[in-house]
Amino acid sequence: MFAVIEPHLSILLVIIPLIAAPICAFFSNRHFAWIIAFTAAISSFVISCLLLASVIDGSVLSYHIGGWAPPWGIEYRIDAANAFVLVIVSFLGAQVLPYARRSIEKEFDESAHSYFYVCYLLCLTGLLGVVVTGDAFNVFVFLEISSLSTYALVAFGAKRDKRALTAAYNYLVMGTIGATFFVIGLGLLYMVTGTLNMIDLAERLEAFGDSRTTQVAFVFILVGLGLKLAMFPLHLWLPNAYTYAPAAVTAFLAATATKVAVYVLLRFMFTIFGFKFSFEALTLEYVVMPLAILAMFAASIAAVFQKDLKRLLAYSSIAQVGYILLGVALLNHTGLTAGIIHLFNHAITKGALFMAVGCFVFQIGSSRLDDLKGIGHTMPWTTAGFVVGGLSLIGVPLTAGFISKWYLIQASLEAGSIFIAGLIVLSSLIAVVYVWRVVEVAYLEPAPEGGARGEAPISMIISTYVLVAASLFFGINSELTSTAASQAANALMPPMQMELSPAPPVANEGAVQ
Amino acid sequence: MWDIFDSDFIVGHYNYWMTIVLMMIGLYVVVSRGNLVKKIVGLNLFQTSVFMLYISMGKIFGGTAPILTDNPDEVYANPLPHVLILTAIVVGIATTALGLALVIRIKEQFGTIEEDEIFDIEQDLARHPVASDGGR
Repeated sequence: MFAVIEPHLSILLVIIPLIAAPICAFFSNRHFAWIIAFTAAISSFVISCLLLASVIDGSVLSYHIGGWAPPWGIEYRIDAANAFVLVIVSFLGAQVLPYARRSIEKEFDESAHSYFYVCYLLCLTGLLGVVVTGDAFNVFVFLEISSLSTYALVAFGAKRDKRALTAAYNYLVMGTIGATFFVIGLGLLYMVTGTLNMIDLAERLEAFGDSRTTQVAFVFILVGLGLKLAMFPLHLWLPNAYTYAPAAVTAFLAATATKVAVYVLLRFMFTIFGFKFSFEALTLEYVVMPLAILAMFAASIAAVFQKDLKRLLAYSSIAQVGYILLGVALLNHTGLTAGIIHLFNHAITKGALFMAVGCFVFQIGSSRLDDLKGIGHTMPWTTAGFVVGGLSLIGVPLTAGFISKWYLIQASLEAGSIFIAGLIVLSSLIAVVYVWRVVEVAYLEPAPEGGARGEAPISMIISTYVLVAASLFFGINSELTSTAASQAANALMPPMQMELSPAPPVANEGAVQ
Repeated sequence: MWDIFDSDFIVGHYNYWMTIVLMMIGLYVVVSRGNLVKKIVGLNLFQTSVFMLYISMGKIFGGTAPILTDNPDEVYANPLPHVLILTAIVVGIATTALGLALVIRIKEQFGTIEEDEIFDIEQDLARHPVASDGGR
């Protein structure tokens, strides 16, 4: 039985949630819909793990849809890089659902619950599809599937706060502009090369050499994806969307949506453009890196002054995207590894934090810091989980965040910049400030009269703690993540290519020209 | 570099000029209009310009529709960009539909679809957060 489906695993990964979504819509009973959604998400997770296991040694799986050979047909191509991201996305996808089941009860009417699962599964389909595909236009289609369902998911928060609607609307406008920029870039690439298959694109771009069209295409793709991944200063949609979306949605999006956009950016930068021309390396060094560093500081400082806990974490997310991009922009193997490790570690850490906030919201109906006074005494378990997540966000040893910061600093030293390493440490100190603000409110302020409502439902606590435990586990045992991330970095940036053109000389060459 | 701006260049790239003009009009409408429906209209214009870019890219002078005939020397337009744009049009329609649905919900909840009035209401909510607890 397994032998029959094994060659088709990569397509089943996308097909299962896609088929499950309309089935959910037929069930007005929310429990049935939940069971179907959870089954689909779990099977996607199992498939992702199987795929990662088969490509972790550095091999590549290629699946031809409909039997049409690439570059004519659409190819699903899985190497260590996207298999790792697939595991992250599907793990979070399966992990948030048990949480969502209770969490959404207080966020909107029960009659809408099945539709919530429909949107959730479509979003999961889109995110997995983006990661799994080896066809550039297919990326756009899946990106829009996930984005459109994301806008709807954000709008589900309207019952609790009507500002969710305007947040979703603004997200829609900016997301669509981003996606359209991305398509313009793809169109220009197609004009130059006449192909859309990623591997084919890479080969032909190399053959045709540098041209202004290629450079413009690169910039359009960078800006388009920058909007999707909330690269500073294209992040304006993010704080509102994360603040007003239902808690389960925020946890899922913060952990996956921006990460997938980062992955697409990495795929285009490294596999397709591949730094064959100095232009891309220069853009990365002189545009992306300063913006990433700016994001680390500006967004962290903005987070310090927020009055709403969800918004505080949203700004922190923008800063964390800055760390990921900084790692990538250092343009060495360690930096790329650091970026990918942080992609994973931040996904679980931020997932845990937003879930903990969701528990607060479930119990007291608000995520404003003023309303959270003394919450550490009334909801000790949730708050403790939040604090562990916060420590991981700062990068305290024995948490996952420490591993990513460690690799990041190592990478910046390798690139010969003590200055950047200092900036990383400095910006982490700002994280101490905003995490401390929450700790102060939660533990040192007295709980208001009649505020004691006890803990959130056990299913929500367990889901939160799975991620909290994961962020501790991967902080103590970094073997698994570093191996997978290093293999992923190898897949994106083959070691041979690096020896030929190590990071600093490429940039210097370009600067001389 | 100005020598490339001769009449042949300008006329020969007619489709690109129009694409750029339409794209900028669309983007400008999205940014400048306060009416949420008009913003969607601008977004549509913006997307349509990209459709034009793709479709004109596949056109070959003197080429016919890409239909299999007995003549092996038949010159035909590249159908692939056209097919891609069919997909993009579907995405565009879905985006428009969702955007308009959101505008309807915004109208129901806020009583207006003008951005500045909505902004005032939101500022009010931020100052008096108790009222923001709408549902309960």
